[in-house]
Amino acid sequence: MLITCPYCGPRDVIEFTYQGDGNRERPDPASQNFEAWNAYVYDRLNPAGDHNEIWQHSGGCRAHLRVVRNTLTHEISSVAFVRGEHTSTPRRKAEGKS
Amino acid sequence: MVERQSPLEPEFHVGSHGNFEHGVEIILTETRPGSIVQLAAWPGEEKKLISGIRTVTGLALPDGAGGGLSDGVKSVFGFAPGKFTVADEAEGLAAAFARVVTPAIGTVTDLSHGRTAIRIAGPKAEWVLAKFFAIDFALPAFPVGAGRSTTHHDVFAQIQRTSADQFDIYVFRSFARSFWKALCHASEEVGYEVQ
Repeated sequence: MLITCPYCGPRDVIEFTYQGDGNRERPDPASQNFEAWNAYVYDRLNPAGDHNEIWQHSGGCRAHLRVVRNTLTHEISSVAFVRGEHTSTPRRKAEGKS
Repeated sequence: MVERQSPLEPEFHVGSHGNFEHGVEIILTETRPGSIVQLAAWPGEEKKLISGIRTVTGLALPDGAGGGLSDGVKSVFGFAPGKFTVADEAEGLAAAFARVVTPAIGTVTDLSHGRTAIRIAGPKAEWVLAKFFAIDFALPAFPVGAGRSTTHHDVFAQIQRTSADQFDIYVFRSFARSFWKALCHASEEVGYEVQ
């Protein structure tokens, strides 16, 4: 599986570390809403299809990435920096497939 | 300053090795830069940092991810968003950057003792490196001056192409001897010379 890092270009998945489900919303740390905390820790969509994920390019530029991966085909349909826009110009447009 | 010892020393054997009867196609050496620093800009401060690099080194970084250049004495390349590696044959780069890169712009990390710079050159340099790293070493994909960060067996490596058939590889000092030995073994079949 290749992930096309917006900075480094297409790289093998071995250079990346999975950082978890990208759909979670962390409650305010002061929140006493146990249902919200329970949902944050345990509830997962577990879709058979496109899934929002957070990956880190730990063996490359070390940026955290927002990745949409198809759980059935491993096709990566979108990769973006978690931090959002950056001044660096991406070297290549998304072309990586599984 | 105290003279720095090379971590490669016990395995650094000057001369021709491997299958060199038909010519030497790889030249390996240690560049031993006096200074290696890493610079990181806070988000939004990248342009100020790039201008600071120009002030200190005289090198104008090209735009784009992984862009870089080298004048043979000083080298600079981007290895991550807003982060750059700079090397110089002379010592004192970290002190020079500390005066220019203020805490509001970003950070300066002196890695002069933490990294070892290994140079691989020759017509088969791309071919040998392709055995190590799963990235495209062809000239159009990896132009002269550009930098790449990647890993070899979980050992982090930063690679800068310093000419059409020459690459400088920055590896952790503590892993440098093992990496050097692997590089020598990989170069054996085409014949290599250590200078």
